[in-house]
Formats: sequence, structure tokens, C-alpha cells
Amino acid sequence: MTSRRFLGLGYLAPYIIGLLVFTLVPFLASLYLSFTDYNLMSAPTWTGLENYIDLFTNDRTFRRSLTVTLIYVFTTVPLKLAFALFIAYILNYRLRGINFFRTAFYVPSILGGSIAIAVLWRYIFATNGLVNMGLVGLGFEPVNWFGDPTNALFTITLLRCWQFGSAMVIFLAALQSIDKSLYEAASIDGATKFTSFVFITIPLLTPVIFFNLIMQMVQAFQEFNGPYIITQGGPLKSTYLLPLYIYDEAFKRFDMGYASAIAWVLFVIIMVLTLIAFWSSKKWVFYAGDKRS
Amino acid sequence: MTDTTIDTARLQARKRIRNARISAFVRYVVLLAVGLVMLYPLIWLVGASFKTNNEIFANPGFMPQNPTLDGYIEGWKTSTPYTFGTFFLNSFKIILPKVIGTVISCTFVAYGFARFDFPFKKILFGSVIAILLLPNVVTRIPQYILFRDLGWLDSFLPLWVPSALAGDAFFVFMLVQFLRAIPGDMEEAARVDGANSWQTLLFIVVPMLAPALISVALFQFMWTMNDFLGPLIYISSVDKYPVSLALKLSIDTTEAFAWNRILAMSVLTITPALAVFFAAQKYFIEGISAGGIKG
Repeated sequence: MTSRRFLGLGYLAPYIIGLLVFTLVPFLASLYLSFTDYNLMSAPTWTGLENYIDLFTNDRTFRRSLTVTLIYVFTTVPLKLAFALFIAYILNYRLRGINFFRTAFYVPSILGGSIAIAVLWRYIFATNGLVNMGLVGLGFEPVNWFGDPTNALFTITLLRCWQFGSAMVIFLAALQSIDKSLYEAASIDGATKFTSFVFITIPLLTPVIFFNLIMQMVQAFQEFNGPYIITQGGPLKSTYLLPLYIYDEAFKRFDMGYASAIAWVLFVIIMVLTLIAFWSSKKWVFYAGDKRS
Repeated sequence: MTDTTIDTARLQARKRIRNARISAFVRYVVLLAVGLVMLYPLIWLVGASFKTNNEIFANPGFMPQNPTLDGYIEGWKTSTPYTFGTFFLNSFKIILPKVIGTVISCTFVAYGFARFDFPFKKILFGSVIAILLLPNVVTRIPQYILFRDLGWLDSFLPLWVPSALAGDAFFVFMLVQFLRAIPGDMEEAARVDGANSWQTLLFIVVPMLAPALISVALFQFMWTMNDFLGPLIYISSVDKYPVSLALKLSIDTTEAFAWNRILAMSVLTITPALAVFFAAQKYFIEGISAGGIKG
């Protein structure tokens, strides 16, 4: 039996090596580097809290970047989840062709992360691109998408909302597992569609809402391809999200210590928000019976 | 009295059928409208890749007025000494070993987690979840320094090796969930018959796990095809560029008026992922529903 105990660890060997070499050690190393000045040429020199003090007291780019990142995450994640839930709710019905729609709505998620789609976005939101041609055709004024700071960030939000497929598929699977008799009982008691949605559907969906919320948030904080290709962080740094700033500091200016400090600020923000979500989940996430779904 | 009750019942039934029809109609209209708005940019992209440069910013329609293959022919040549053929080959050189390494290592690790008891199992499985939630941005800089010290920069090794060591925690998690749902009876029977754990894995677990392994391979294929930041950091010679970097390079270097080349190459770079998705969509949808997925 002892040999079998170690057999399990044997199967885990690749994972354990990878965990140590590519995750645990780099994780600690980046914390250490964030307290140093390191330009890859000479050994890191310990500077204590200097990087962090710099960040918060005299780095206007950082403050701008942090603000933009928070605005981006807090608009993109709720919009994307609301849209995914809305479409999943409509799809959750005995409709003919539901598989066709589910596939069609998932296509953008297959491609959304690719550079090709970011390129496409650059063209369709250009001054005389597809979107403005459509707006003019409908009798509206064309919009200056990339010249205006608010609009530019919004094009990236739109790109990520366009990829709502994964969240939708998860919502749809959860909706299909809800016991129909609950709705029948509610409608006999006089509940309208809307009240049953609010008091039956939403509570039963809270576990998947929670799951989607965390996953989408962690992902949104790391958005890179969209702003890098579509807007290059501009105009006026209005789409200069923190991952772009980290990339520039680390791989263009080779200021590894400073870049690590920014990465750690970003990490701590994500951690704190995730912990708040987990902690508050006891109050709002509803697990039916003991079955954790 | 009874007649009226029957009448009201009938009336209500008719009303319910009518409401159901209206509801279905409204749903179809919303789905079609949303679907059209969502897919039109992609449809337009395909049409635009056959248009002339002047027409791209003048014609919001799908059909090109004077269809031309110019974008494809000129775009394929690129402004580098290489053609897009080289870049596609590079992409596949990255993808193939990475997918194989992922499938094999994740199978071992998931089997270990799902079927064995060992010291520190809880902590180790906890670490899988932690990696799942850990933003890559914190580990990226030291990883880069590590690969530099190993002399792996400007090679495909930084893209292959972490995946070959089951570094994509999501896949481990998905396979463990899948394995836990399969009862271990068959494996028990095989063990009684004298099979060792390695034979059990190969001849019993792997065949049962096959659909999940296909999902893993497909997702890894797609993500690697789309990956941009990894190659951007690690690959510096143009002759090793995968298509994602090549496309970025062509935006930077193509003269401002040759949009059709870039759009044509964009169409080509999304084709493999789309083809794989349509050929095997069942596995994608099942994969997401089973494990919950990013994207």
C-alpha cells in the first residue's frame, strides 16, 4: 500500500516540477524583484519600498493606467455577464434551431482572442469603417471612436462583450438544469414571468454567476491584446491598461524591478476583489440542498 | 354552469398557446437580430478580403464589386523575406508539440489526482485551483529571466515546456472532474486481473477519457493559435514568427493603403481555428459545460 501511496505522487511528478519551477519560484521571485532595481544587465540591487513609493506618489502614468483598468473591468464584466445571461435565457426554450444559434453565438469566442479580430476591430471602428458607414446609413452622425478617450476604451469593452459565448454556454447549462415544476408551482400561485425570473431563476443561478464573475474578472484585469493592437494604449493613455504598462516597463525599458512592482499591485487588487467575492458569496450564493453545482 | 367552466378552460388553453407562439416569435426575432449584428463583422471581413482597397472603406455590403485575389497574393508575400507559409509552419511547430505535451502530462496528473491517495494531496489539488486563478502577469517577468538564463529565448522551448509539465491547470482540473464522474469498477477489475497502474491507465482510463482529451487538444490548439503575448515576449527572429506576430508585423510595415492584404491574411489566420471548431463543436460545448472555461 505504501508503494501505491507514492505511485500517486509519481504520476504527479510533471505537475510538481512545473509548479515549483514555473509558478512557485517565479511568484516569489517577482515579489523579491519588486523591491529591487534590476535592468537585466547587473545583479538586482535592493531598494526596499522605493518602487512602490514611486508608483503611488510620483507616477502619473501609473495612476492613469490604474484608473483606466478599473473602469474597464467594472464596465466590461457586468455588461458581458448581463448580455450572456440575457441570451442564455432566450435560448433556454424549446426552440427549433437552438443548436444553430448556440453555435453561431459561440463563434466570436473561438476567435475573439486572436490578433486577426483585433485587426478587424481596428478597421470596423475606423473613422470611415464599417460601424460609421452603418451609422451614417441609418441617418446618425459618425462617431470618432479612436480619437475620443471614452469611446476608445468602449471599443475594447465591446470586443470582449462580443465574446460572451463561454459565459453564455455555462449559463445555458445551468438554466437547463432548473426543475421546471418550480416555475409551474410559481405560476399557479400567480407569479408573473418577471417575478419567477427574479425569485427562482436568479437565486438558482447564483453559483454559476459567481463562477463566471470570478473568471471574467481575473481575465479582464489581464487584457492585453485588445488595447495593444487596436488603440496602442491611446488616445491620451485612455486605453493604457496596466498589463500594457507592465509590458512596456519590463520588455521595452527592461526595468524589471519596477514592472514587478506594478504586477504585484495588479495581483493584490485581483486577490482582494476575489477574496471579497468569496467572502460575500456566503451571503448571496445559493446552493440548492447540499448539492454543490 | 359546467359549460361555462369548460369554455373558460378552453379559452385559457387557447390563450396559453397564443402566448407561447408570441413568446417563441419574440425570441426568434431577438436571436436573429443579435446573431446578425454579431456575425456581420466576420461576414464583412471575408467579403472585404476580396475587395480593392478603395472599396473597403466605401462599401458596407458583403459582396465585392470587383472581386480580386490581390489581397491574398500580395499579403501572402509579406514585406519580409518570408511568406505567410513560413509563419503558418512556425505556428504549427509551436502548436503540435504543445498539444501533445499537454494531453500526455495532464492525463498523468489527472489520473494521479483522481485515483490515488498520497501525502499532501489536498494542498496539491488546492494549488491547481490557485494556479487557475493566479494572474499570469505576476509570474511572467521571473519566467522570462529564467528562460533567458537557460538560453531558451528566441526558441519555442518557453512555449512548449511549461505546458508539457501540466502547467495549464485548467485542463488538469477539467480532466480530474471528468475522471471523478467515471466509476473505478473497470480499473479495479483490471487490477484484480494483475494489470499494473500504468497498464490500467493506458488500456482502460485513456479510452474512457478520450472525449475529454479531444476537448483538451482542441482548446489548446485554439488558444495556442490565438496566443500573442507568449510569442511576442519570447520570439525575436522574424523567421520564427507564428502567424499572430506576423500579422502584427504586417500592420506595422504594410504601407497605409494596403488594407486588403491585412484583411486577407486575417481571414487566413482565423481559418484553422474556425475549421477545427466547426468540425468538432460538440467537444467544445461539452468541454465548457463540464469544466467552465475562460474565453
